[in-house]
Amino acid sequence: MTEEVDTGRRHFLTVATIATGAVGAAFAAVPFLASWQPRARAKAMGAPVEVDLSKVEPGAMVKVEWRGKAIYIVNRTPQMLEQLKGHDDRLRDPESKESDQPAFAKNVDRSMKPEWLVLVGVCTHLGCAPLDKFTAGDVTVAADWPGGFFCPCHGSKFDLSGRVFKDVPAPTNLPVPPYSFLSDTRILIGAEAGKA
Amino acid sequence: MSSTSQTVKAGGGRLAALTAWIDARFPMTKLWKEQVSEYYAPKNMNFWYFFGSLAMLVLVIQILTGIFLTMNYKPSAAEAFGSVEYIMRDVNWGWLIRYMHSTGASAFFIVVYLHMFRGLLYGSYQKPRELLWIFGMLIYFALMGEAFFGYLLPWGNMSYWGAQVIVSLFGAIPYVGDSLMEWIRGDFYISDVTLNRFFALHVVALPIALIFLVIAHLMALHEVGSNNPDGVEIKKVKGPDGIPLDGIAFHPYYTVKDIVGVGVFLIAFCLIIFYAPTMGGYFLERANFEPANALQTPPHIAPVWYFTPFYAILRSVPSKPMGAALMGIAVLLFVFLPWLDRGKVKSIRYRGPIFKFFIIAFAISFLALGYLGTQPATPTYTTAARVFAVVYFAFFLLMPWYTSIDKTKPVPTRVTYHAH
Repeated sequence: MTEEVDTGRRHFLTVATIATGAVGAAFAAVPFLASWQPRARAKAMGAPVEVDLSKVEPGAMVKVEWRGKAIYIVNRTPQMLEQLKGHDDRLRDPESKESDQPAFAKNVDRSMKPEWLVLVGVCTHLGCAPLDKFTAGDVTVAADWPGGFFCPCHGSKFDLSGRVFKDVPAPTNLPVPPYSFLSDTRILIGAEAGKA
Repeated sequence: MSSTSQTVKAGGGRLAALTAWIDARFPMTKLWKEQVSEYYAPKNMNFWYFFGSLAMLVLVIQILTGIFLTMNYKPSAAEAFGSVEYIMRDVNWGWLIRYMHSTGASAFFIVVYLHMFRGLLYGSYQKPRELLWIFGMLIYFALMGEAFFGYLLPWGNMSYWGAQVIVSLFGAIPYVGDSLMEWIRGDFYISDVTLNRFFALHVVALPIALIFLVIAHLMALHEVGSNNPDGVEIKKVKGPDGIPLDGIAFHPYYTVKDIVGVGVFLIAFCLIIFYAPTMGGYFLERANFEPANALQTPPHIAPVWYFTPFYAILRSVPSKPMGAALMGIAVLLFVFLPWLDRGKVKSIRYRGPIFKFFIIAFAISFLALGYLGTQPATPTYTTAARVFAVVYFAFFLLMPWYTSIDKTKPVPTRVTYHAH
């Protein structure tokens, strides 16, 4: 055993051992990381919810819970739909190009039927619940307020279609969840017609 | 110095024999000498040097009270809030244990912020203490994690919405943000699943990490030796016995000194626990006395005071990804101090006027941001937060420039010390 140590071979074996061990460790980490994903029960509890709209008077808002989030459903009056006009230049994304909504709601009133506004009541800034401030000119928000939603946490403002104003921290409009009408007075939150 | 101080008199046979028996099997006496009785610290350390040992004390308080809270707390969405009330009302002395833990959280950050500021004042992060500083910063990050995970556990409404806001920060990361948030929560919202895993991280994972990091911090400290208010390396001037001339043994000199600090600290700590455990809403926020409610945001969400400087930076930026990024950078910049500082001296005593100006401006902006973070975001306050955020970043980012042009004073070879 007087031969010299083959350092090249020793180095190769060391690197190969470390690499094999690292691959093994990476595979072993998978179950632990995957255990943090939502489990089947959490997914099942995120199933669509049905809401009866017959008791929601014009101008009123109801909150329902879907996937632990508040869903705002507003019965918009013709006057409230008028309040959507004339402030596009003050909005960050008036045509909802950057915002999160089903294709059917990518319009000015961001809804399937103009009178029914359905929004996820979670501020797109940091997840607070925006307050309903539907009266135009509500001085608790701003003198030139056209009516809409106001987030009390960091002052983000949204109009009566949930479209975000400029110069507030929220980056995009309030999201519209997928939904479909089962009849004139019944709505299913969480599923579009024809989709699971 | 008596290196023979540990030799027990010939008569005390049994204890000496036991010590010898252990020392032959475990380096007990050796460790004691190396780390405590023959660890030589500069003789001129002032009151700023209390906060390291106080941080250790608070860590012990948190671990001890935490263990006893775990015995009665139930980490489930249905029972968590009630179990905390049960601890407060029914468990014998439960209120005291819980208030020690909740006050301990704030006390931890007070002593750690003062400990870090001491590092800034005396250049304790400079060569050769870069790794010591980095271990310290890792301790600070682990502490932030502990505070964040722990704050969800009482399952009050502020717990809930605070977690909601902070988890949402990860949603600002492009492309993976949404799935990352789902992965952290384990659900589509902050739920029982989230509470349960935050509990595991709070009581098992992070405390273990913290203890390891504290050991690494102390090992690095005892390797390079303590800095001092003069920023003089005492190891450069040693006596014939190899002991630094300006060094004194940690035990008994600094153990005795630290006991005085502990006494003062415990008086303040007990006064808060007994007379102001909520500290007017700063240590325990009012909204957290209501159970978590996913459909009702508290009217004004603010984190606990120790996060508010960074929170003020976050919301002063009118763009979510930029705000989140700047907040992260504001925290991380401390790590790079050893390389941002180009000063030739360590201690503020020998620094020039420009550094003194910047460190005062930084301290004021940190406190001001901390105040603004607790307040609602009115336009005036937002403007103020932007100004102070600029000052905050200027302290770090202009540091390579102003520390290199600053006029420093000559540093003595020995520490300045006046016998009392």
